[in-house]
Amino acid sequence: MSDTPAIQLVGLRKSFGAGEHEVVAVDSVDLTIDDGEFFSLLGPSGSGKTTVLRMIAGFELPTAGAILLQGHDVTRQAPYDRDVNTVFQDYALFPHMTVLENIEYGLKVKKVGRHERRRRAAEMLDSVRLGNYGHRKPSQLSGGQRQRVALARALVNRPKVLLLDEPLGALDLKLREEMQVELKAIQREVGITFVFVTHDQGEALSMSNRIAVFNLGRIEQVGTPREIYDHPETSFVAGFVGTSNVLSAALSHELMGVAGVHSVRPERIRVVQEHTAESEVTVAGVVTDVQYLGADSRIRVELADGSPLLANVPSDGLVGVAIGGPIRLAWSRFAAFAVADTVPLHDIHEHDIHEHDIPQQHQQHDIIHSQGGDQ
Amino acid sequence: MGERLVDAPSLSGTDTAGRASGPSQPVRGLSRLFRRHRRLGLLSLLSPPVLWMLVIYIGSLVLLVISAFFALDPKSQKPTTEFTTANITDALSNESAIRLFLQTVVIAAIVTISCVLIALPTSFFIAKIAPRWMRRGLMVSILLPLWAGYMVKTYAWRAMVAPAGGNKFAAEGRGGGGFLASQLGWTPGFSKTSVVIALVYLWLPYMVLPIYAGLERLPTSLLDAAGDLGARPMRTFRSVIFPLLLPSIAAGSIFTFSLSLGDYILPRLVVDGKERVMFGELINSTLGAPNQPLAAAFTVWPLLVIVMYLFAMKRAGAFDNL
Repeated sequence: MSDTPAIQLVGLRKSFGAGEHEVVAVDSVDLTIDDGEFFSLLGPSGSGKTTVLRMIAGFELPTAGAILLQGHDVTRQAPYDRDVNTVFQDYALFPHMTVLENIEYGLKVKKVGRHERRRRAAEMLDSVRLGNYGHRKPSQLSGGQRQRVALARALVNRPKVLLLDEPLGALDLKLREEMQVELKAIQREVGITFVFVTHDQGEALSMSNRIAVFNLGRIEQVGTPREIYDHPETSFVAGFVGTSNVLSAALSHELMGVAGVHSVRPERIRVVQEHTAESEVTVAGVVTDVQYLGADSRIRVELADGSPLLANVPSDGLVGVAIGGPIRLAWSRFAAFAVADTVPLHDIHEHDIHEHDIPQQHQQHDIIHSQGGDQ
Repeated sequence: MGERLVDAPSLSGTDTAGRASGPSQPVRGLSRLFRRHRRLGLLSLLSPPVLWMLVIYIGSLVLLVISAFFALDPKSQKPTTEFTTANITDALSNESAIRLFLQTVVIAAIVTISCVLIALPTSFFIAKIAPRWMRRGLMVSILLPLWAGYMVKTYAWRAMVAPAGGNKFAAEGRGGGGFLASQLGWTPGFSKTSVVIALVYLWLPYMVLPIYAGLERLPTSLLDAAGDLGARPMRTFRSVIFPLLLPSIAAGSIFTFSLSLGDYILPRLVVDGKERVMFGELINSTLGAPNQPLAAAFTVWPLLVIVMYLFAMKRAGAFDNL
């Protein structure tokens, strides 16, 4: 470990096309990733996170800005001259080579001697628990096994930085959770900097030391998983990482007497019978839906001004809560955070609808964007 | 849709009679018969193409081989059905024929290799570098010459390479020679080189097409991965692209090699009939001698080579993606 950051991105910009047709994929991205960190680039598809990764790897050249690896400017270097390796989303294993040949490839190219090569590849294969699969072709392996071969093929080169492009995206839930634990363990063991691209906020929260949340080609927030979840700085982060009620400026003022847009996590909201302590915000509304989720239930409430609010409460606290009936909700003033309003309303609702149309395991991106009645 | 539901029981073969609309009774009876006897249905579906293959395709080849054993009537010089192996022995021992055949194989090989060398970068550009909107246009421009007739293209090449003086056609220029001679002052003339160039021009699309298809199937991430692991472009080509494209190259080479091996009209025109360049010309002139049995016997050589070539290309995986 050294004090020089593993990766520094300075004013990074990437656009495709030119003139009127110019599409900006990444814009003014500044980022410092420390040595030995497990760092996630989190964002929805099209947010520019993969493009940033591809620029670090050298597959794409930035339109502007600089990329520093261990303090050295590699902005214009070809991929084969950079001391980074990539685990691809589709694994990109060479189909005409055996598993062992795949893993040896990087060492062979770098003219590492035959014996040394064999030994390191076999060692690596063992450490991803595929010791007996060396002579198989990639097509004879399952998705999870291919994934581990891809990991071994990259790690055997002992790169300074390992780039992972949604490596778990193609795996089913169970396997994905196993691989999350395994990846994290491998990273701790080898101490290499991992840059992990994902659109799965749960994955990012559970694995990373730090996360950069991307939206529309820009970084919205950089921080530890806790910081990102507990103190989202923007309405986008609040909605994308976990579920949030984003209260408009007007509503925030009306309810809490504060200026600006605020966000409240649904799990911080309680069902109450009466007015409670002064430090709490209480609000009355009508229940529009109750979703039973097991231990918890999710209540959708329409406030007096028509804006929706979402509350996650323990299922045994549902006494007297009925669809169409009145309800009183409360949350601590400390549970509400001022956030910068970064996403136009319609974008969030499109996102919301999309998530609901396609049932997914990680269906926690939905967001309730409450509006003030006078808007 | 309602009818469908009523129809459903007949799937199990039971008859539901008395419907007002739908196909006529005999047609319905026939489809019911085929449903009950699957093999009969398959047979009636396949018999026309199978008959075609057997009678016209294989049949003509068999006839060709049989006719190679016919003797010529000494007086009338017409083929008789009398059996002889003289034609075959002659074809297999005729030294000048063998020399011409070897030259033909070499030319076909040079044409094939040239096609590979031109098609690889061309298809790589179209499949992996050109923007999507440009791809279709480029592919059409590669395939466009296939719409022009063989003879048209052959004469065009003759006009292209014709040397100064002694030209037969107006397009070849009056005394000044063809396009190359008059415009660039240099031409390969009526030579073997011209034959090779013209054949490459004729058969190139047949090489570009399978290589392009192969590159389309090749995920770009494999190329990224090779570079990521430290391979420079040439290394990536040698260790990843080429081995994965080998089946496509083999498939394309079957076209370019066999089409070149059998060609006899183009060499005749492009060399202006001065000398025999290709084996097909010998077969053609033997046919016109007229000695059809000997001509048939000569075809043993290309047949042999093509069969061997097909087996070699099968090993290279040319048929893996059929």
